[in-house]
Parts: sequence; C-alpha cells; structure tokens
Amino acid sequence: MAVNSRSSGGEASPAFELKAAGFTLPIIRLLDGNMEAVAEQLGVKVEQAPDFFRNAPVVIDLTVYPDGAGEVEFPSLVGLLRGYGMIPFGVRGGTKAQNVAAEGMELAILGDAFIRSPKPAGGAANQSVSGGADPGAGGQDPGHGSTINGTLVTRPVRSGQRVYAAGGDLSVIASVSSGAEVMADGNIHCYGPLRGRALAGARGNTEARIFCSDLQAELVSVAGHYRVSENIPADLRGVPVQVYLDQKILRIEKI
Amino acid sequence: MARIIVITSGKGGVGKTTTAAALAMGLAQRGSRTAVIDFDVGLRNLDLIMGCERRVVYDFVNVINHEANLNQALIRDKRCDNLYVLPASQTRDKDALTKEGVGRVLDELSQGFDFIVCDSPAGIEHGATMAMYYADDAVVVTNPEVSSVRDSDRMLGILASKSRRAESNEEPIREFLLLTRYDATRVDNGEMLSVKDVQDILSLNLLGVIPESKAVLNASNAGVPVILDRESDAGLAYGDAVGRYLGEDLPHRFVNAEKKGFFSRLFGG
Repeated sequence: MAVNSRSSGGEASPAFELKAAGFTLPIIRLLDGNMEAVAEQLGVKVEQAPDFFRNAPVVIDLTVYPDGAGEVEFPSLVGLLRGYGMIPFGVRGGTKAQNVAAEGMELAILGDAFIRSPKPAGGAANQSVSGGADPGAGGQDPGHGSTINGTLVTRPVRSGQRVYAAGGDLSVIASVSSGAEVMADGNIHCYGPLRGRALAGARGNTEARIFCSDLQAELVSVAGHYRVSENIPADLRGVPVQVYLDQKILRIEKI
Repeated sequence: MARIIVITSGKGGVGKTTTAAALAMGLAQRGSRTAVIDFDVGLRNLDLIMGCERRVVYDFVNVINHEANLNQALIRDKRCDNLYVLPASQTRDKDALTKEGVGRVLDELSQGFDFIVCDSPAGIEHGATMAMYYADDAVVVTNPEVSSVRDSDRMLGILASKSRRAESNEEPIREFLLLTRYDATRVDNGEMLSVKDVQDILSLNLLGVIPESKAVLNASNAGVPVILDRESDAGLAYGDAVGRYLGEDLPHRFVNAEKKGFFSRLFGG
C-alpha cells in the first residue's frame, strides 16, 4: 500500500493515492460552558499524562452539552486546547448554531456516523485501526467486512483470534472456536456454534444482548456481567438462546 | 511457478515430518519435481526420515546466509529423481530464518520445481510462522484428541491472518486437514475423537485419515518415507492423500474398524 510518489520516470506514475482509513481519537466531551472551569480541570488531566496529550488530535463532542449553558466559546476553547499542546480539528453533535461557530474557527464538522462507524472494510486499514486489540497474539479479520452499524464475519473465528466490533453489532455466520474471543459494543449474533468467549456491551452498554443458534461458549458476558461455561445449565447448551441483562443479573434463555 | 505447501499443526509429535516426507515422495513419484524443506532449525529431523542424514553438507541456513548456493545444499533423493531435500541446520537457532532470506530461497526454488513442501516446526513462534508465511496451501496435521485439535485451530487462525496472502489481501491459503494416528477401534469405544468430531470443530477439507500403524515408526527408523511401504495401511492412506491433493476423488479408507473374522478372533490376531 505504499504511496508511489518516488517511483522513477514516466509521467503516468501516480503522485498520490486516495484512501480511506479510520482512526481512534480522543474526544473532549464538553459538559459545561464555563471555560475557566474547563481550563482548570484540563490542566490537572494534562499534568498527569503530558505525553498523551502532546500533539494529540482531538475532537470536541457537544452531544451532551447542556442547553442552558450558553454559547460555546470556541475561540477560547480552541486556544486552551492548543495551549496544552493538543490539536483540536473538529466538532460533533453540535446544534446548527454551534456548527456555524465552529466552522468560523476552521474546525471540521463530523457527523455522528463518521465517528461511530466501526472498522472500515479492507485489510490494510483494518490492521492500522485495531491498535490495542492484541494483533500480536493472534491476528484478526477472518473474512471481515463492516456494514453500516455493525461488523460481519464470514469465516470461522479460530482459537486465539479476537474480533472486536467497535461501536456496533457483530454478526458471525461461521463458528467461533474454543479459545477465540468475539466482542462488540452492541449485540453479538452468532449463527454457527459459539464455543469461545462472547462479550457484548464491551463498553458498558447494559442493553446489549448475545444471540446464538448453538451455545457451547466458554464464557458469555454482557456489560461485564459474565458467566463461565461451568455455570451454564446443560439444557441451554447446544440450543438457540439469547443472553441479556435483567436488573444486573445475566439471564440465558431459549429462543 | 511452484506451489508452496506448508505442513503444520501447532502441536508437536503429531506427524508433521512424517507427513512432509510422505507427501513430498508421493508428489515426486507421480512425476512432479518436488523439493522438501526442513524449517525446524536446531532440531532437524527430516533428513533422518528421508534417510539422507549422511549426505548433508550445506543446509538451509547456509543458503539464506549466502554461504552456499541452492544446488550445493539440495540433496537428491536416491529412490526418486524428482525429489530433493533441503535440510535444516542443527547448529543454529530459528532466528537465522529471515523473511527476506526465506522468500529469496523459495523464489529461487520456484523456478525449477512444481511443488515445494515446507516442514514446519512445532509451536506458533518464529520458525513456524516463517514456514507458513509464503504458503499457497496448508496441510494441518491433527491427532484425534482435543489438545491437538485446539492447536490446529489456533494455527488456522494464524494462517488466515499472518501469511503473505493474508497481508497482501490475496486469495486465502487453501487449508486441508490430515488426521493422523487414527484408531477406528478406539473411536468406536469412545476413547478417541472421530473424524466427524474433528470436522465439526475445524470444518476443513479432509485430505486423508492416516491410521495408527507400526509401519510409521519402522519407516522413520529406517529412513524410508512410509508412503513407499505399499504393504502398510498408513502407506496406502498417504498415497490416497496425495491423490486427493492432486484433485482425485477417492473414498476414505481405514475410517471404520475392521470387523474381525471368526478365525482371527479365535486366534487373537
């Protein structure tokens, strides 16, 4: 996938390639319009991990910005972030007025879908995005493509492999071997035998569920509430079930 | 261009080297120019199984390090003119295998051969990943027991994600299952996983089922690939596996326990 700009001779050799890639970025979720309070609290955070914030591109998230908090003071906010070494480059979740103000500061307006969409399809991009998801210990992407709000896996997930659907659902239409791990921020659907570990609601979504047509899992978990295979009744094994949270209790029932 | 076949398993002692020797000999006997490479640097065995241990001068690592050329290191088999062995070094470790070096040797071999059989070391570390990196086809050797099946499954995951074909988004490696040390009587008694059990977990193209046989150990000790032993069921089963690899549609033999006749029961045969 190397960019071909240095290849010698010939007018036809391309000077650049246009590619799509996904990135995981820190988000500053603004909860208060008081810039002094923001400055003070941000200072403490940056002191704890100055290297993390140095030259870090950040996105300003306005989805939970309270209506009554007045207008966002973009110039001072951007100045503040730059002062701490960060590179604010976009906002998301703002109102129309906020977006106009942000554009005035030359910030990009990011749609929710743009940020929340899971890993893009295509090998090279996938590899770069997966970051902390343990590529060293076993690789990823067994026939892996992303749909609008989910990830689709068409080849068996083998022992030692991990598949993580960030921000959405995960559908597996092959087997998940014992020793493999499938995770999703949303629901997990498994249409082959589920023999490995399945963790839905990986980022704490208690509404997430696991659906599978043949439960033989080593472990199932929803939002951190888990059950190991020893504690799964025999009559629920090998049949279609759903796994969900009911008042913080993990329930497995036939469907 | 040669087709590169890796013989791999994850687990040790399941019969990778036996299989590499047998398949390479089988392919060569059917008229294909075949090279078999021992990737188990530091624990070389293939030369013993092939019966050429006393003719090793240069090895794979010498060729990688430009200390010898390929023709000096390749050993021609005395039983079959189409078969060449590239032995491993016993005095180095597996770090001597570099991705570039292995790639260059395989490239060079590809010019003159139809098949290159790579005998992988056990484990999933550097030596094993080097053996499978350039593969076009993989034969996953598995014993009918749970730990071997799980290790094979792990290896399949690595084949699907860390090979050259996976990294460059080419058509994935063709994967075949070879079940070895299969004992149909013990399967019937419920002491061993059946072909179906293993296939349920791995769901692979079944290349063959090699029955547990005394002939394998005898052949190894004698330095004769077991496929040459036409008297033994293991030898015949390997012959079938080679046929299936080349696209023949053959029924699986030795999968069911033999019904003992009256006389053999009477005389304990």
